[in-house]
Amino acid sequence: MSEFFTVFAAVLAALIIAPAIQKHADRWWSGLTDIRFVQRNGVFISVYLVVAVVFWVLFMIVLPQLYMVDFSFRHNLPLEEVGGPDDVYTLENYRYLLFGRETDEAWLNWLHLSVFLRTIIASVLVTVANFALCYPIAYYMAQVARGGKARLLVICLIVPFWVNEILRAFAFRILFGTSGVINEVLQGLGLIDGAIDFLRADVGLYAGLTYAYILLMIFPLYNAIESLDHNQVEAARDLGAPWWRIHYRVVIPHAKPGIASGCTMVFMLSAGALAIPQILGGPSSLWFTQIIYDWFFQGLNWPQGSAYALVLLLACLVFVLGVMRLFKVSLGDIAR
Amino acid sequence: MSADVELDHVSIRFGDFTAVKDANLTIREGEFFSFLGPSGCGKTTILRAISGFSEPTEGEVRIGGRNMAGIGPNRRPTALIFQNLALFPLMTVAENIAFGLEVRGVPKYERRRRAEELLKLIALPGTGDKLVTSLSGGQRQRVAIARALAVEPEVLLLDEPLSALDLKLRQHMRTELRTIQQRVGITFIYITHDQGEALTMSDRIAVMSQGVIQQVGDGESVYNDPGTAFVASFVGENNALHGRVSQADGEFAVVDTRFGGLRGRNTRGLRTGDQAILFVRPESLRLVNGEAPANVLETRVVNEEFEGSARHLHLAGDRRGLALTQTNDGEVQRVAVGDTVRVGFRPQRAVVLPEGRLASE
Repeated sequence: MSEFFTVFAAVLAALIIAPAIQKHADRWWSGLTDIRFVQRNGVFISVYLVVAVVFWVLFMIVLPQLYMVDFSFRHNLPLEEVGGPDDVYTLENYRYLLFGRETDEAWLNWLHLSVFLRTIIASVLVTVANFALCYPIAYYMAQVARGGKARLLVICLIVPFWVNEILRAFAFRILFGTSGVINEVLQGLGLIDGAIDFLRADVGLYAGLTYAYILLMIFPLYNAIESLDHNQVEAARDLGAPWWRIHYRVVIPHAKPGIASGCTMVFMLSAGALAIPQILGGPSSLWFTQIIYDWFFQGLNWPQGSAYALVLLLACLVFVLGVMRLFKVSLGDIAR
Repeated sequence: MSADVELDHVSIRFGDFTAVKDANLTIREGEFFSFLGPSGCGKTTILRAISGFSEPTEGEVRIGGRNMAGIGPNRRPTALIFQNLALFPLMTVAENIAFGLEVRGVPKYERRRRAEELLKLIALPGTGDKLVTSLSGGQRQRVAIARALAVEPEVLLLDEPLSALDLKLRQHMRTELRTIQQRVGITFIYITHDQGEALTMSDRIAVMSQGVIQQVGDGESVYNDPGTAFVASFVGENNALHGRVSQADGEFAVVDTRFGGLRGRNTRGLRTGDQAILFVRPESLRLVNGEAPANVLETRVVNEEFEGSARHLHLAGDRRGLALTQTNDGEVQRVAVGDTVRVGFRPQRAVVLPEGRLASE
């Protein structure tokens, strides 16, 4: 019966709306074609662009995130109680990250907080290591190498990333394991007596993370350094500057936007990495994302997981914006 | 402090390509010296060898008597002004000028004082805190000069620094550069493809072509007594008449051209039968009325241009047309396009040189 009414109402609505549309169609159409963007791209393409972008932003980015925000402020209720009287907003999930269970003896939830801090600090270290590794390569590619050599280097950098992430991580395990290649070589050379457990010391983890995001650092750096007029490097040299001062005073200030964008991406992705810490992390080390993962899939506590994930996101944002402020880089610079 | 620069049989090769072949000359201290030549003639390569950005494949570069082999550009007593100036856009004018001092560890207040002094020298006082990007082309030019002078070089190298400026400014900067050079009294080595710049500013000029220094001399000698066909055709406008020497003595030679035998100075000692080119400048050609003793050729007016102070006639000529310039002094004879005219010149004003490559051929 209700279906019948729905159809009936729809037909009625159509009958009322259609003449109205017909009446105003001309005006809408001319209004639409008056817009510069539409004139330039044609009606079909402009409508498609607008609809696609709005859809993408709304459904792929904004809505899911809003759901997570909403989740994070709710209790973890059994399905039948969702929407019931107990389904109210709460700060419990956030409180838990800070203070743990109310029955706990300790005042703060040290276990999770320390993992959180360690994740942030380790991500900073990974970013710094990545920058230190990539800057010379990017500089070489952008300012020193000529044509063919630079292209070859780019290929050498890209091709290893055809290997998927998991495989690469396991390869690092083999490389850094107690009976791995590095230990074998070091022992064979007689440099060390017993095997060193690189994985327990998290060397494997940091190396893996650093390597995983190398391209995201090199290409922004390369783009930025490439746009520097080589004459400026030569001018600084001619005026007596040693190489380190040329970089400090001329190249790095020029490349600052590229450095900022590379470092931001590497930091964000390192802090949010899951597979590599899972595979390469030492037995006693935990990445904050692993705790989030466990909340979702081991604890089946989505609200708690959402809260943790949001805290990580916000912390990373605040950290990145703070550092950008410190180095006087604006968001617009990064987009350049 | 100023120093001389010696190029001792310097050759520079890149793979199979010889950019500079056996350059051998001494640039005196305190001199304004220009390397003049078309693009790709090797003049910038020579400049880079003097500044230390490249090393000669053979031979030695000596500055103030000291061999510069193995000494990098940051440790040579030279300063280079780049073609595009290469000012640091993220630094202020004063920071730019004082960069060389900053590198040398000069304290901040002292750097500031020196920068202000130099800004006064280049007539831009009080602009120290501006960004270089806010300056005009001519002002940037002067800042680049100040930046180079700040390190008190013994030799200042300039790589076509005026080429980016418009004509008026370029002419103004010529005088300015010359004035600054005389005031600071150091050696200036100037690279240019613009013969006007070279002639007006330099004490001496080296004309280069295809990696070879063709002639070294002051402006007048290069213009009046070109040593090769290339120099004659590259420096200033010149009419070239090809032919064979039909008669030669110590001082003069007669070249048998399309227009008959023409006489000019035989500075290179050509002998009868040699292939030769007779060069005569447009301003040395005169319209001839009635009887003239010799050195007269008959041709036709193809075109004329009036430039105010002068009138240029284009005449039918040898391989290229002939140009004749009349000074607009109220006594010139008017001719019309299509007229047949007789033009002549004094043998002292023409020079006979061995057949060779002309400029822009």
